Amino acid sequence: MSTDLTRMTAAALAGAIASGEASAEEAARAHLDRIGAVDEKVHAFLHVDTEGALRAARAVDAKRAAGEKLGPLAGVPLALKDLITTEGVPTTCGSKILEGWIPPYDATVTKRLKDAGVVVLGKTNMDEFAMGSSTETSAYGPTGNPWDLTRIPGGSGGGSSASIASYQAPLAIGTDTGGSIRQPASVTGTVGVKPTYGAVSRYGLVAFSSSLDQAGPCARNVLDTALLHSVIAGHDPMDSTSIDAPVPDVVAAARQGREQGIAGMRVGVVKEFAGEGYQAGVEQRFREAVEVLRGLGAEVVEISCPHFTYALPAYYLIAPSECSSNLARFDAMRYGLRVGDDGSHSAEEVTALTREAGFGDEVKRRIMLGTYALSSGYYDAYYGQAQKVRTLITRDFDAAFAAVDVLVSPTTPTTAFPIGERVDDPMAMYLADLCTIPSNLAGNAAMSVPCGLAPEDGLPVGLQIIAPPMADDRLYRVGAAVEAALTDSWGHPILEEAPSL
Amino acid sequence: MPGITREEVAHLARLSRLELSEKELDHFATQLDDIVGAVARVGEVAAEDVPPTSHPLPLTNVMRADEVRPSLTPEQALAAAPAVEEQRFRVPQILGED
Repeated sequence: MSTDLTRMTAAALAGAIASGEASAEEAARAHLDRIGAVDEKVHAFLHVDTEGALRAARAVDAKRAAGEKLGPLAGVPLALKDLITTEGVPTTCGSKILEGWIPPYDATVTKRLKDAGVVVLGKTNMDEFAMGSSTETSAYGPTGNPWDLTRIPGGSGGGSSASIASYQAPLAIGTDTGGSIRQPASVTGTVGVKPTYGAVSRYGLVAFSSSLDQAGPCARNVLDTALLHSVIAGHDPMDSTSIDAPVPDVVAAARQGREQGIAGMRVGVVKEFAGEGYQAGVEQRFREAVEVLRGLGAEVVEISCPHFTYALPAYYLIAPSECSSNLARFDAMRYGLRVGDDGSHSAEEVTALTREAGFGDEVKRRIMLGTYALSSGYYDAYYGQAQKVRTLITRDFDAAFAAVDVLVSPTTPTTAFPIGERVDDPMAMYLADLCTIPSNLAGNAAMSVPCGLAPEDGLPVGLQIIAPPMADDRLYRVGAAVEAALTDSWGHPILEEAPSL
Repeated sequence: MPGITREEVAHLARLSRLELSEKELDHFATQLDDIVGAVARVGEVAAEDVPPTSHPLPLTNVMRADEVRPSLTPEQALAAAPAVEEQRFRVPQILGED
């Protein structure tokens, strides 16, 4: 067939496979060929599982041939963040300490994807243990942004965002602890959703900050993102923090937003996320997107969330504290790297030598920062106080959602910055997550959807939409409506403006 | 708020089981001092009467049925171990020389 299968939406590709216009194996091969052609430049993948992908694709084709009913994404290829365990396929979390580790089990997310007939192409690059906003802290080298390969693709899920923006996969999975799905989506002109905390199982996600980590869907449009959301979300007895309640109908909400719009919905503009530190073109495209929402019949008001300015400092106490505890498991005893086991060092010395050799700078900084924040004498002033700020941020959200249905802001204050610019300036790097962090602290749902290119540099800008916990469907309704209106005004999807690789 | 000294970073590295080099100690001391200075802003918020939030979901004591379910075989559990002996994880000597 002459259509380029790598340019299709996931929904259309699944339709073509279900109707027999294309086989799942053809779809997998087309994407594997694309990876072969462009990933040397992009470096989105840490591992490509050619054999596994073709085997999974053939299984979908065999099911169809046998007359079995296929799920809505059966046969569609996907790029999986390397933080999520895959039985028999390497999982490194972008770290040397897990180089070559082959997990003995599948994460629940992996299992759900396989059960739905989604074809996992491979594992994507990321900041080490998801700590970063640029994918530069990966021990395996940075990933390029397909819009400009000298710039960052966001982080920590830069491999996932870059893979879909460069047509190496129509779908990807990310994880979002402070913005690691939404900020990469914003800077690559793609869509990403952090579901409500507990909506997607964390079983098999290598833990960074357990009270904040949440896996979610990434795609090139809102409907595809919704289809993937509904595959991975739902209660899981293997994760005791998984929500035991029905998943909101996000697919219906995406269709509703596109077809019926958002007339009568109440939208709040977060007052605190503007001004100093925000790039002019980001603010301009954001204001235009708000006008689009108004034009679609939404009632737009400004909302003040006074504690949001304390979200960043609270996060950089809570997340490192939890990370210092979670990463204690990397002790060189049961799996992963071991250094210095030569008979002259004790187990404790081997642990310290291994962690020194196996962790990168950002991971070391955060482990020490967390250890500091939790130490006696500092606990009340730092970790304890950050937990109280977390309560106040949740209260700000509660008050806002009493007045509006969704909140909006820019996803991140700037467009994609050059690789290397912030790599040794942690505080500058942390600012990339300024607008995304509050939703992790409160556990609600949030999306980034493209809202144009900044006039000064021609790079993508993201609109962040935030909904209350378990109201993830509102993101899709608003996101699909704004996507349809903007795509109409541009005359084509935003990614068609990206340079060819 | 007090800053963070090089000696404190050396102590934190020991607590964190990180065998840092002298050069790293210098580098991290400056950076951690900057970061601690920035995050100390949480102290500006008056929050004496505010309860802490440790987790976004109000969950307590999530139980599951006490049923046998499949688990890893010894071979699977040991497959990624740095060293194995007699179907066990082989670890370095637990006690140091001193």
